[in-house]
Amino acid sequence: MISVQGVSKQFGDYVALDDVSLEIRDGSLTALLGPSGSGKSTLLRIIGGLETPDSGRIVIHGDDATNVPPQKREIGFVFQHYAAFKHMTVRDNVAFGLTIRRQPKEKVAERVDELLKIVGLAGYQKRYPSQLSGGQRQRMALARALAVEPRVLLLDEPFGALDAKVRTELREWLRRLHDEVHVTTLLVTHDQEEAMSIADDIAVMDNARIEQVGHPRELYDNPSNPFVMGFLGEVSQLAGRLVRPHDIAIAAESVAGAHEAMVSRVIHLGFEVRVELMLTSGEAVSAQITRTEADELEIGSGDIVWLRAAGNSTLEAI
Amino acid sequence: MVISRATRLSLRTLALGYLFVLVMVPLGLILFRTFENGLGAFWDQVTTPASISAIQMSLLIVAIVVPLNVVFGLVTAIALARGRFPGRGLLQAVVDLPFAVSPVVVGVSLILLWGVRGWFGGLAEAGIQIIFSLPGMVLATIFVTLPFVVREVEPVLHEIGDDQEEAAATLGAKRWQTFWRITLPSIRWGLAYGVVLTVARALGEFGAVLVVSGNVPGESQTLTLLVHARYIDDHNVFGAYAASTVLMFLALVALFLMTILNRKREDA
Repeated sequence: MISVQGVSKQFGDYVALDDVSLEIRDGSLTALLGPSGSGKSTLLRIIGGLETPDSGRIVIHGDDATNVPPQKREIGFVFQHYAAFKHMTVRDNVAFGLTIRRQPKEKVAERVDELLKIVGLAGYQKRYPSQLSGGQRQRMALARALAVEPRVLLLDEPFGALDAKVRTELREWLRRLHDEVHVTTLLVTHDQEEAMSIADDIAVMDNARIEQVGHPRELYDNPSNPFVMGFLGEVSQLAGRLVRPHDIAIAAESVAGAHEAMVSRVIHLGFEVRVELMLTSGEAVSAQITRTEADELEIGSGDIVWLRAAGNSTLEAI
Repeated sequence: MVISRATRLSLRTLALGYLFVLVMVPLGLILFRTFENGLGAFWDQVTTPASISAIQMSLLIVAIVVPLNVVFGLVTAIALARGRFPGRGLLQAVVDLPFAVSPVVVGVSLILLWGVRGWFGGLAEAGIQIIFSLPGMVLATIFVTLPFVVREVEPVLHEIGDDQEEAAATLGAKRWQTFWRITLPSIRWGLAYGVVLTVARALGEFGAVLVVSGNVPGESQTLTLLVHARYIDDHNVFGAYAASTVLMFLALVALFLMTILNRKREDA
């Protein structure tokens, strides 16, 4: 388990982390999710030993690691821009940690070949990083980090520099890899879809603090505050309450507790249908229903309908 | 920008003509004068005891100055590119100072410091001679060549960033291992370019070395000083041409290396 205990960090006047505490379960894949400048990368770098906290402690598997240099933390670190050793071949890149540890040559070669097979780069041993695509470079960087059998794998926006298609492929691949290798993994991302789709746990960060920690579903259904709710998905406001657009039920007839509204626009997005409405108070609301529901309601602009929050994940609007 | 064919041609002619008159003609004339009496005469002039001693002196100074500048240059460049410390801005300015200060002033200041009546004059009285001998000439040359390695290496360090060094650290590499295996290979072409510039400048330095050398033929005279002495003091114009040609040859080797390294550096 990685335990972050009351960690604070300032760069000059800028507060990057403000008394942050977090526990990461052994063998889990945890995402640190937040907008840029929320402090998530700083937290990851402190766990990795690349920055020192101003106060607080980092405990890795029961040992206080706060003042342990990165060389001795037994971590693997993957950087957003790959940090490939440009003057070395793929083989030498992946072998680096083992060569530093003076492992016998045959053993290193064997391990490198095995890792390159795992990350799908078998046969690329003699290439240089400049001859690889971005996705391949990042997989090489991952093999390099895994080569030293780290106790913790730390990934700093690992797919942030890749195009959308490769990013989706790689994150699914990373999830499968994690299921095979089971190394405790902490992933920094600003992409809520990425976090939701691969993480076991998500810690949402904002303004140098952790806002909420939990399973993706739990965070989505029971956000503890408007920021978490808004960061994890779309939010509509209905008569003073925040509600997910798909949790707004639309009825053709008046029901108790429902709000009267006029349909201003109906947008068909394939299976989903987005309905833009206007309450009698003049407040605009956006709801999301399925195509089947839309067909049953025979909804069209200018119709008068009644709205109510159907799900239980609503919050008081500030 | 669209330039008409005529303008383009005349601009090109102007540039080439300028280079020709200002650079190629003087250098060509020296080559012509050097060899107009045949190779034998040239050989006689460059193998006199004073000449051989001057060549040796110049190469010796280069051999001492280059390693010192490499070590100092690397340490300073790394400190400037990677460090955040008070006085960083001041260090930046100090590194550039030798570019701004006239070499003659450098020589005079060295005499004020190391000469018999200088701050460290005691050394000279104790028999350790700095001024008018090799140590003084080395100090003067170090002063004027000091910025080259720093100024060539520092931007490369900025460009490669510290990602690779951090990655090496997380993989278990100690600082010196990271330096040898990651940093040094990444900056090698920039460093080599800085070294070549240092060599070229060290060979050609005149003013600072003249002031502190004593300029004794066969003893404390570099190749550049020899050219000057033969021309001005000895009125041995032909000898000056011959020594210049040797100097030019060394400079051409440096220029050739610079061109190659510059290309490598841009590829890397």
